[in-house]
This record gives sequence, C-alpha cells and structure tokens, in this order.
Amino acid sequence: MSGSEHPDHLWRNPDPKRSYDVVIVGGGGHGLSTAYYLARNHGVTNVAVLERGWLAGGNMARNTTVIRSNYLWDESAAIYEHSMKLWEGLADDLDYDILFSQRGVLNLTHSQHDTRETRRRVYANRLNGIDAEWLTPEDIKEFCPIVNLSPDIRYPVTGASLQRRGGIAKHDYVAWAFARQADAFGIDLVQNCEVTGFDVDGGRVTGVQTSRGQIAAGKVALCAAGHSTVLAAMVGLELPIQSHPLQALVSELLEPALNCVVLSNAIHVYVSQAHKGELVMGAGMDPFNSYAQRGSPHIIEQQLAAAVELFPIFSRAHVVRTWGGIVDVSPDASPIVGLTPIENLFVNCGWGTGGFKATPASGWVYAHTIARGQPHPFNAPFSLDRFTRGALIDEHGAAAVAH
Amino acid sequence: MLLIPCPWCGQRDEIEFRYGGAAHVEYPGDPETVDDATWARYLFVRPNPKGPLAERWCHSQGCRRWFNIVRDTVTHQITRSYRMGEAP
Repeated sequence: MSGSEHPDHLWRNPDPKRSYDVVIVGGGGHGLSTAYYLARNHGVTNVAVLERGWLAGGNMARNTTVIRSNYLWDESAAIYEHSMKLWEGLADDLDYDILFSQRGVLNLTHSQHDTRETRRRVYANRLNGIDAEWLTPEDIKEFCPIVNLSPDIRYPVTGASLQRRGGIAKHDYVAWAFARQADAFGIDLVQNCEVTGFDVDGGRVTGVQTSRGQIAAGKVALCAAGHSTVLAAMVGLELPIQSHPLQALVSELLEPALNCVVLSNAIHVYVSQAHKGELVMGAGMDPFNSYAQRGSPHIIEQQLAAAVELFPIFSRAHVVRTWGGIVDVSPDASPIVGLTPIENLFVNCGWGTGGFKATPASGWVYAHTIARGQPHPFNAPFSLDRFTRGALIDEHGAAAVAH
Repeated sequence: MLLIPCPWCGQRDEIEFRYGGAAHVEYPGDPETVDDATWARYLFVRPNPKGPLAERWCHSQGCRRWFNIVRDTVTHQITRSYRMGEAP
C-alpha cells in the first residue's frame, strides 16, 4: 500500500472469543484508549472491547472536542494536565493525524465575581505548572478581535483566562487512531455486542452476558458514560451518577472567522470553528434525567442568543444540525475511576460534560488501575468511595464551566 | 421542551418549572447514628433508571408549588402528575 492510499479497514471486526483476561464494556473514546494503553503500557493484550452499537458512536461522536487542562483543584489539574501532555504527543504515538490544534482556549468573565474566581483559577493553574494567563478586555481585542467587548451588552465582558496550549482535535480521528492501534496489538473490538448481565461468583466478577453470548473475563472494566448506572444496576452496584442530555450544534461551513476556542460560563455558550469551517457550539445540559439523546429547543435558543451577543458577526450563520448526547454527572462534577466493592470489576464514569479532553489520560490511568489492581496516583483521588469518605473534588463551577 | 402537567395549573411549558430530581427519597434516620455509607447513599445516590422515573418539579414561575410526576427517561412521556404527599 502506498502512503497516499487509505487502508480498506483500520481494524478487524471479530466475533467475540469465549474468554478474555480483560473485558472493557463500552467502545467509546475512553474504552478504546484504555484498551490501547493496556497493551502499550502493561503488555495486556488478551482484551475485548464490547460495544453495544458501533465504535465511538456515543458521546465520542457528539462532543464539541474542546481540550484544556485549566481546572481549579490540584487533583483535577494533575489528571487533565497529564491528558494535555499526552495530546501533545498523541499523533506521533498513534501514528495518525488527529488534527490536534492548540489554538488557545478563552474563558470569558462577565462580572466581578466571575473575574475574581477566574483570576484565582489562573493563579492556581500556574502553581500547578499549567499555562494560564489573565487577559483584560484590551488583551482579548488583540487575541480574538471578533468578541463583542461593548460595555452596552447585557453581560459585558470583563476579562478572560487564556490557556494557549488548549484547543481542539478531530474526535473521529482520535477514536479511529486508538482503535487501529489497539487492534494492531491483537485486541478484539467487538461491535453490536450489548452487555445484558454479569457473572458474579463469591463477590468476584467472572464474566459478562451479552447479546452475542456469554464471555468469561478475568477482569471487567465498565466504561459506558451515560449508561453506567444501567450497567452497574445489573450487578447490584449503585453509582452516584445522573444521566442528562447535553446538546451541541454546528453551522454551515464558513470562511475562517474564529481563531480560538471561546467559553463563557456566565451566559453559557462555548464555540470553536472546526477545521472544515463549521462553527461548533455547545451550552448547558438539560436539567432533567434522560437517555433520549435529544434535548430541549429552548436550551439552544438561549445558547444562540448568547453566541450572537458575544459574536455579532455570527448573526447570519445558519444552524445546520443539532444533536444531543447523554452525559454522566457525578455529585461533585468529577469523574469516578477506580475499584468497586466487587472484586475484578472496575468503573470509569462521571466525566459528565468534559470527557473528550480526558480521553488519553482516562485510558492511561484506567489501564494502570485494571492491570495493577490499584489506582494510578492520578486517579486515586477519584475513587468511588470518596463520597463515603467526604473527600469530594468539587469542580462544579470551579472547572471554568458550569455543569 | 417538555409539556408538564402541574396538578394545580394544568399543562405548561417546561421553562416555567424548576427540576427537583428524584422523588420519594427517604431521610435515612438520625444522622448521628447512621453509618457513613448510609449517609453517603442518602446524600449522593439517586435513582437513574432508563425508563419510568418519579421526580419532583416546582412550578417556579406559576403557582410556585412542588409536585411529582412520573416521566419515562427514554420517551419523555409523562404518565402521572400528583401532589406532594400523594402516593406515586
């Protein structure tokens, strides 16, 4: 095959074997990166990734691809910055162009409180070795000229934090790149294979029941985002997770107009311009629990009102497509990655609205946890039992976006 | 947008309401005597079914009263609406 040709298949499409050392439930971004790092970092290759639908067809196909590591708390900063460093070498590591573009992430502020909290976060980020700058409105004018800095708008912009290393990547390519390399290690990526139950013997999980038969497993690793509680309930495990719709939308293809990622927590819109040219926007999630993968139009209306006020030049852009994913929100808006009370059963969920940026690090630390039977230092604080111990990592609002 | 039947005001648009999460969450007893796991479960674990869910809403821009509905989390169909204190 010459370098210019695309291969017919990036991975095999195998039938499941009867038994694996590790079965990962969920073939999204995190499941695929977990599989890859199990093989690459730990030499564990007798692994299956079981996916109910098609690979990376859930939230991995529905997110807005924002990548940043400017989280407030030390525990979050550590894991998201690890992810950022992995992103920075990921195309080389996976030998696949993922269109990672470090174009900068602006978090706008609109009030005195917003300003104080954001400057606090900038300082906290710097103390954790994460690049962060405070921008005055004059600085914003220079960095992103199309932001409306008029004092006469409903919520005038008072400043912004900037993480220059933040940006976006092409989500499909990221999933395909992980899937291709996991497959190359001999890992079975099994699609159209829904887990319907678990085999448990004496407090230890020994396998899974699926729509394609029973599969024995030395270890079972849940990685199913919005459906985590549905799976956990099958094995009698309660997770402090609520599933909500989160919507996004794109405009038609436009000439380059927006050079960075802009997030506004207070009036709640985030927007970037994809490589192809469409404006990609997201906003708040719907308040109610849902698995319907659709949200309410009034959320979109609010988000577009915010976008047009902040970016008057967007006012004539057309919405081409809207969609929703189901996000798994934990009580402290931080992920849950680690052991469970059931032996050999592991859990990775609760990434909520921010899972895409964590794709490499989530897989990295989850693979470590599965292979070693104990958490990596980066995910040790994100244990399931933190809710009993009271050691919450409260990123609600602190993480630079509302959840 | 959901069309939510308030037991006092009738069908109204979702934007008039505030969501209150799962209904019928029982207080676990004296917090000084229950163990940490029980207390944590009360604070943090809520039903999250894929299907019918009994949940609380407040008609915050209407009669400002709390009530319960049973809504399917897949179809969003609302099958019951009832006042606080009534059985689900």
